[in-house]
Amino acid sequence: MSTATRTRRRPEAAPKAETADDAPVDLLTAADHAALHELMLLTRAVEERGVRLYKQGKIPGSFYDGRGQEAIAVGATYALAADDVVCSPLIRDLGAHLVRGTDLVEVFRHYLGRENRLSRGREGNIHFGDRRLGVVGPVSMLPDMMVVAVGVAMAFRIRGEQRCALSFFGDGATSRGDWHEAMNWASVRRDPVVFVCENNQLAYSTPTSRQFRVRPAERAAAYAMPAEIVDGNDVTAVFDAVRRARERALDGGGPTLVEAESMRMHGHGAHDDASYVTPELLAAWADRDPLAAHAPIAVAHGVDPEALLRMVTERVDAAVAEALSSPMPDPAGATDDVFCVGEPQGLGAGDAPWSGFATAAIADRRQAA
Amino acid sequence: MARMTYLQAITDGLREEMRADERVLLLGEDIGAFGGAFKATVGLQEEFGSDRVQDTPIAEAAIIGTSVGAAIAGLRPVCEMQFSDFVACGFDQLVNVAGKIHYRTGLAAPMVVRLPTGGGFGGGPFHSQNPEAWFMHAPGLKVVAPSTPEDAKGMLIGAIRDPNPVCFLEHKNLYRRVKGDVPEGTYATPFEARIARPGRDLTIVAYGAMVHAALTVAEQLAPEADVEVLDLRSLVPLDEQAILESVSRTSKVLIVDEANETCAAGAQVAALIAEQAFDQLDGPIRRIATPDAPIPFSPTLEPAVLPTPDRILEAARELLAY
Repeated sequence: MSTATRTRRRPEAAPKAETADDAPVDLLTAADHAALHELMLLTRAVEERGVRLYKQGKIPGSFYDGRGQEAIAVGATYALAADDVVCSPLIRDLGAHLVRGTDLVEVFRHYLGRENRLSRGREGNIHFGDRRLGVVGPVSMLPDMMVVAVGVAMAFRIRGEQRCALSFFGDGATSRGDWHEAMNWASVRRDPVVFVCENNQLAYSTPTSRQFRVRPAERAAAYAMPAEIVDGNDVTAVFDAVRRARERALDGGGPTLVEAESMRMHGHGAHDDASYVTPELLAAWADRDPLAAHAPIAVAHGVDPEALLRMVTERVDAAVAEALSSPMPDPAGATDDVFCVGEPQGLGAGDAPWSGFATAAIADRRQAA
Repeated sequence: MARMTYLQAITDGLREEMRADERVLLLGEDIGAFGGAFKATVGLQEEFGSDRVQDTPIAEAAIIGTSVGAAIAGLRPVCEMQFSDFVACGFDQLVNVAGKIHYRTGLAAPMVVRLPTGGGFGGGPFHSQNPEAWFMHAPGLKVVAPSTPEDAKGMLIGAIRDPNPVCFLEHKNLYRRVKGDVPEGTYATPFEARIARPGRDLTIVAYGAMVHAALTVAEQLAPEADVEVLDLRSLVPLDEQAILESVSRTSKVLIVDEANETCAAGAQVAALIAEQAFDQLDGPIRRIATPDAPIPFSPTLEPAVLPTPDRILEAARELLAY
């Protein structure tokens, strides 16, 4: 963790309190806006470097990035407390790992198939999760981890803990039966889970119009589950929707579905030129780029995006250099750890950079107001 | 010690371990107020409440998937498939999520999937299967199949305490048919083979209900031969040492599976012996298993496919005469 990253966690002033339940106000301080902007810049910088390393033949397999969707993972995860669990970030959600504090060098070691603490070279692309930071790595079968997140939330509820699980899924994942099982189960049990749908218009090459007639947020009503549609390219909107969903979950209100609308601006993976997407559609969404959208807000809070970008680039450069000089995994260990021996290592607490956690609970502030 | 059926021993194991460890919870269809389709969980919701003994929706993927979530969050879930056949609906969660999570991420999923298995009572193609080989082939899953009440309790407790996902195969045809002495309190039986009957002339390797068929055959052969019955008890891990030691004592081996033949547990045992004990053998490795067909319903068809003591006896005699 860099010094810069630590610095942004220091709260400057108590956020403004909400004056009424239905009147959301900006709970983000200048430090929060700086952190959100930096995390989105960092996400993009890491992924741009990843694509380049893949094309240079240094990253095996393929490379999957979330260009255009950075605000969703960053905004949603930013609303979590340290003890909450992300189960799981998906292939467009590098930002979720970065919010939780995942070490950048380890991320690049993982991408490169080097020995690393996240996956020990046993997994590739963005299939990792640092359990020490309360992040569960995803699987390729979607939306399997939604179901697992419900189980994590069930454990929190049974033990009476004030924690929630956050699960990401894409529009494509809503066509499988596990999606129904997760939605139904969580709603019946009122488990403290927040489902974030990343509607990026495409399941690989298949547009949403050929996947479903009823959009995911509307389907939530069939489960008696609150849902809302937010602009997935507006990091503050995503943050606020997830923050409220989290509060509902902790208050015993059960699960919420947040459908964040966005656009996958690159191919499914670096091997995919996405020729099935029209240039006009991409151009229209390029005008709504989440980093460009947030830049004026950040500037208004005293952030210098150019300086942030320079700092982020330096961090990425340093991390890549260190990762490239790291050893490959020892082939002798290829079959180690298929089984756990001894006491299971559990989920730890991650970074929770939102200033709201550093000052006082929102409910207390609301009461004071 | 108390005299119990195999089914009562399972209930007793669940109850004792739930009393000993508050992290243990049960999930399954109709297991709470109703006590389970086979009554394995009868009385437990009354004692432990509806959070620890949960009646779930009919959703096997969610039963297994939420168990993975609860396990990584620090609980010790034991989920019941009403019949083992239905585990196919949750296969992905078990094989891709639970089985691989420790290798991939370092997170352990200590959980048990109880699988009422096996035929012999007119259950037909969807209520009679023996799916153990599916899971033996999935890295990261342990697979156990006790044959006695004492082992049913001890291995169930061992499975709950194991830090890995364990497929616990409990044979429905043993539930009320087999009785035995069961120790009181909690005890964990190791996942190792057991010599159910010592002998010198022939080893019959079996597990689950087939152990009892093998013991019947061994008694029938007693006047003419001294037959050893090796109860595998655990399929993953497979007790290779116990198998090889038994073969070295008897030099002849007959392997019995109630599961269908291709790639069954017995095939793995046969491969092990062929590779590592070839020079100990005084005859071909013989296998008896169900043919590769669904289990039929009719009272004349079902016994035509399931291994019977008569078929085992015939094969044993042939091998002894070799």
